[in-house]
This record gives sequence, structure tokens and C-alpha cells, in this order.
Amino acid sequence: MLIEITWYGRGGQGAWTSSNILAMAAALDGKHAQSFPAFGPERSGAPMLAFTRISDEPIEIHSMVYNPDVVIVLDDSLISPKVYAGIKENGVLILNYEGGKESLFKRLGDLPQGVKVYTTPATRLALEILKANITNTAMIGGLMKAWSIVSWGSLEKAVKERFKGAVADKNIDLIRKSHDLTVKVK
Amino acid sequence: MSQQAGWRSLPKAGVAFRLSTDYKTGDWRALKPVIDYNKCTKCMLCWLFCPDMAIVWDGENVVVNYDYCKGCGICANECPVKAISMVPEF
Amino acid sequence: MTQAVVKPQAPLEKQVMMTVNGDEAVAYAVKQSLVDVVAAYPITPQTIIVEKFSEFVADGEVKTEFVPVESEHSAMSACVGAAAAGARAFTATSSQGLALMVEILYIASALRLPIVMAVVNRALSAPINIHNDHSDAYLMRDSGWIQLFAENVQEAYDTTIQAFKIAEDERVLLPVAVNLDGFFLSHTLENIYMLPDEVVHEFLGGYRKVSKVRVDYFDEEVPLALNPARPLSFGNLDLYDYYFEHKVQQVEAMKSVPEVVREVNEEWFKLTGRRYGDGILDPFEVEDADVVLVGMGSGVGTVRSVVRRLRKEGLKVGLVKLRMFRPFPFKEVAEVLKNAKVVAVMEKGVSPGSYGPLFLEVNTALYDLKSRPALVNYVYGLGGRDLVPDLVEGMIRGLFKELEKGVFEPKLRYLGVRE
Ligand code: SF4
Ligand code: SF4
Repeated sequence: MLIEITWYGRGGQGAWTSSNILAMAAALDGKHAQSFPAFGPERSGAPMLAFTRISDEPIEIHSMVYNPDVVIVLDDSLISPKVYAGIKENGVLILNYEGGKESLFKRLGDLPQGVKVYTTPATRLALEILKANITNTAMIGGLMKAWSIVSWGSLEKAVKERFKGAVADKNIDLIRKSHDLTVKVK
Repeated sequence: MSQQAGWRSLPKAGVAFRLSTDYKTGDWRALKPVIDYNKCTKCMLCWLFCPDMAIVWDGENVVVNYDYCKGCGICANECPVKAISMVPEF
Repeated sequence: MTQAVVKPQAPLEKQVMMTVNGDEAVAYAVKQSLVDVVAAYPITPQTIIVEKFSEFVADGEVKTEFVPVESEHSAMSACVGAAAAGARAFTATSSQGLALMVEILYIASALRLPIVMAVVNRALSAPINIHNDHSDAYLMRDSGWIQLFAENVQEAYDTTIQAFKIAEDERVLLPVAVNLDGFFLSHTLENIYMLPDEVVHEFLGGYRKVSKVRVDYFDEEVPLALNPARPLSFGNLDLYDYYFEHKVQQVEAMKSVPEVVREVNEEWFKLTGRRYGDGILDPFEVEDADVVLVGMGSGVGTVRSVVRRLRKEGLKVGLVKLRMFRPFPFKEVAEVLKNAKVVAVMEKGVSPGSYGPLFLEVNTALYDLKSRPALVNYVYGLGGRDLVPDLVEGMIRGLFKELEKGVFEPKLRYLGVRE
């Protein structure tokens, strides 16, 4: 089965990095993986996209992801109906969000049939643990709650491959905490 | 050069496969350097300056090897006593 | 990628799985290929190759002489000098960098120097664009280089190592350009299998071995390389008495390339369990196909995924992935396309005032067939425009409709452009 994931973030939040970590973890699990950004000029703060594909078969497709199984939004301010355009039926939407359900669904508008929605307090946890508003790894925690696409062992290995020493440990801690605090709202 | 090699037998890469001395470049010349041995002091400057090594020392004098002299006139220009004159070939 | 049927000499468990992007994969391949000299100038999207390789040099992981030149013209010139001295030389570039190199590209091939170059394909200016298409590859199509195209990151790694073997083969002695799509491969992380260093060393037979040449003024064969003890001169003035013969010699050398590419592909298969069709082209579902698509590079994968889906619906559609663009495999292309009713050549490049360069080659290949398929040309993906799977699907369905009517107009079409 081919799983396609779209990451929405702002330049500097590390959407591509988290996509890479997830791909690395999937590869360590023995899957085929692909990770790439939507190749725009990168500016700090500008909205940007990254994509992950994970499959049991070799991945031959090299286009961007148009019909994601999972959409992950790293920045609260990006939450809008735009982010789930093209999402598959029964797709999963994981948002960096902490607040009232009602105002969230107002911002999301009419969600397609069967789409599940999870929220993760990623900004709060990232500020608490990393002391910086870098929400990418926190959102991996959110993903793990909604759908544990990769094994925890491989994920930790991948994080340690990407970050060194204390930074790796902090990120693993962040992933676990955000996993625990992720809730299904729809 | 009647028997020239075809592409199947030529060495690869266009490397020089014969010595450059096989090409007598003297026939490119329009003006010919002629040394006046009455003036020549055997200072060897012409020998030094000739870009084609066409001035040779024969043991007693500098002489022009007309097989390779292209007639550039550098020797005549450099000679401090104006012992070399460039005369038309034809 | 075809999976192994027989047990390869270096089975997957002996290979190292790495998650890398296309540029890194090339840098690792070069690192393992005992390259003596790398001379390169960074340019997007090739930059990571140069960055990564200079890290290997700085960390003492390779003995390679790295020449950080001041331009691509110098990069290729340095490679020419190095290769003429008998070194295994590598460079990498993209787009404008390749354009600046062109003068020296012709010299590298005519001097029969087995240089390997990664071309991370990017559009040519103007307008300025850093993204992928094949206009840079087409720019060098007449320069006498062998041109191979990779579909994915694994193939970019495999092909880079193979390229040294192909280039240095006694029957060939020509430079090889390994093409990989900018961003779609260069900046895309995929997990691939790398061979252990010593397996690559053995595959290549160690460092480059220089071939021999016989010249009139030495009484024995001498190395075809610059050498003060046995001096040869390269790049001589060559007028109407010999230039023609030397050019024909270079052109004729291309004829042995398909055979060598096939052999190397098979050898690689026995070694790694991976092969790419016959090394020259890789057909998919063409036997009974009425509509056959032809293409090169990463876009082929996207097209294949659509073809796979439409086959399940029963549509008789097939695909030919071309891995070798120079020399162009006319016979093989004619053979694989002879039963098609319509052939659509998909390419990321144009030749204003003509059809796409790949189309022209396929057109020529089909000319000698007794009954020729109809032929159309789809230009897509210029300047990095994404090849959307739905568009490919629409294109294929459209071709089946046209097939019913039997009319294919116009010949030159654009896929994914706004009117
Ligand atoms: S004319 Fe020129 S080539 Fe001839 S001998 Fe004088 S310097 Fe040498
Ligand atoms: S430069 Fe003049 S003076 Fe000196 S050796 Fe030559 S011809 Fe004689």
C-alpha cells in the first residue's frame, strides 16, 4: 500500500526535516520511502509544503502529492479549507492546534466525508521542551497517535541520525509528549 | 604524403602519431632571412629568439634551416648589428 | 528496477541501505569509484554533489584531488587535462553551467577522454529558472558524449558507477553524462542500496587503466596519456588531411556503446540483483499495447504508475523508458514500438521551430518500419512544471479517442500548459 502525506508549514519550521525523518524511519522498517519539498524559493516564515511517500512496493511516482492520505499542519495560522484540498476519503488531518473545537471547525469549513481530525498542542510543547517554535517533530508525535505509520524504534533511530546528542533526546521527548497529548476531535 | 592512414588504422584521440619534423613548414615562407656573415658577430641572439628553432649552430656559424624557417622575421628584428635581411622568396 | 531472480553476488543483506537524495547518491557513487580528480563548480540543483564530495575530501575519506575551479568552462578543462594524464575524472553541473562548458565538451569526446559527468537537469535561461527539464541535456546531444538518464535515486547511484566502466571500456573511450532530474531526484530523499566499497572497486577493476596506442616514433605501444617519459601530444591542429578521419573514428566508436551498456547492465544485475531493462531501454506492457508512451528520466515513473492503473481497467497502453539517449538506439526503439498503433513521445524539452529532440529521434527510428504507428509529441514539465498523474491519464484516454477516429492533429502538443 502507498501512503501519501502532505506537510504544511512555514519556512524555518522544519516541515521537510520531519518529512525526511519519517521517510528514514519507514526505510528502517523495511519500507520504500520518498521525501521531498515543494521546491519553491525558501524564505523564513513563508508557507511551504513537503511530501512523504511510504510504500511496501518500490515507489515509481515522482510527482507532487495531490491526493494525500494524511495532511499535517505545523502552523496554527495555516489552518483553512485549503490544507485538505484533494484529501482522500477517510483521510487524516493532524493540526497544530490548541483551543475550542467550535472555532476550529469554523475555520476548517465543510470537511469531506470521513475525514478524521486530530489536534496536537505542538507550539506549546515545542516552546516548553525545545525553547523554540519549531513544531515539526512535535507533529510527528501527533501523526504517531493518529496512525503509527512507522515503528517507535525506527523513529527514534531516525531522529538520532538527524540530530545529535541532547537535541536528539529532546526531540524524542517532544515526540512522545505530543503523542500523548494529541486528541481526536472528529 | 601519398599513403595516408584511414580512420580504422589511425591512432585514437587525434594524438600526434608522427614527428612534427615530418612537416616541412619552410614552404609557408614569403620572406627569407639571409645572414651577412661579414656583419655577424656570432652573438647567438637570433638562435635564441627564433620561435621555430630554425637557426642552428653548425660549429662555426649560425645558419638558417630553410626546411622549417617560416620567415617571420624575428631574427632580423632582434639582430643587434642588422646582419639579417629579409628578402622576398619569389 | 527488476528484482533478482538468481542470487546476486552482493545480495541486499550485504548492501547498505541509505536514505539519501539523488545528489548525495551520486556523491557516494563517485566516492566509491576511486576517482583521481574531481573538478567542479557549484550550481543549483547540482550543488549537493559538490558539497558532499568536498566534505569527503576535507574529512580525508577519499584521496581524490578536488579542484575548486572558478567556472564550469574551467571544470571541464581541468577534467580534460586530468583525463589526458590518465586520471579517472569526474565533474557535475546543471543548466547554465553546462552551457558554459560546451566548448570543452566537444574536446573531451574528440580526445577520447572517459570523463564522467553528472548533469542534474535544469531548464536553460531565459527566463531564469532553477527547476527541472531536459533542455540542458539536449544542448549537448551533438557533443559526442554518451548520455544516460536515471529514473530514480537508486538508478542515479547505479548509473554513476556503471558510467566509469562504460566510458573506460577499450571499445568505447568516450565521456559519459549521467542525467538525473533536478529536484525531482536531486533533492528527493529515497532509500537506496549501496554496495560495499570493495565491491565497487572490484567492479571497476581498481583505478583507471590507461589504454595503449602505437605511434610512428616509438618502437612499442605506449600509454595513451600524457607522460614525460613517453611524450604524446593531445589536441593537435588537424586540417583537411586528417580531421575527417579522426571525426569518423570518434563517431564510429559510438557504435560499440550499446553492446557495452548491455554488458555492464547484466554484470550489474549479477552483482547487485538490479538491472534497468537491457540497459538501453525498459519496456512496460508494450507487447499488446495500442498506445505506447516513450520518455526519459523521473517522469517515466509517474507515467508508469498511471499506465499500471489504466491496465487494470483493460486499456491497452504501454510505456518505453529510454535510458540511453546518445548513442540513440534506433533499432531497439523501432523493434519495441513496431506493433503500436500510436506512439506518444513525452519530453521535457523543445527545439523551437522543430519538434522535441526525442521526438525527432523516435520519428527517425520508425521510418524504416513497413507499417508505422502514428506519432505525436507531448512537451511537458518545462521549467519544473509538475507532471500531474491526472493529466497523464487524460492524455492517454484522449489518445484512445483519437485512435478511434484515426486522426492525430496537431503533432506537437503541450501537456500542462495554460492557454
Ligand atoms: S625568419 Fe623567423 S623562423 Fe625564420 S629563422 Fe628567422 S626567426 Fe626563425
Ligand atoms: S643575432 Fe645577428 S649577430 Fe647575432 S648571431 Fe644572429 S645574425 Fe649574428
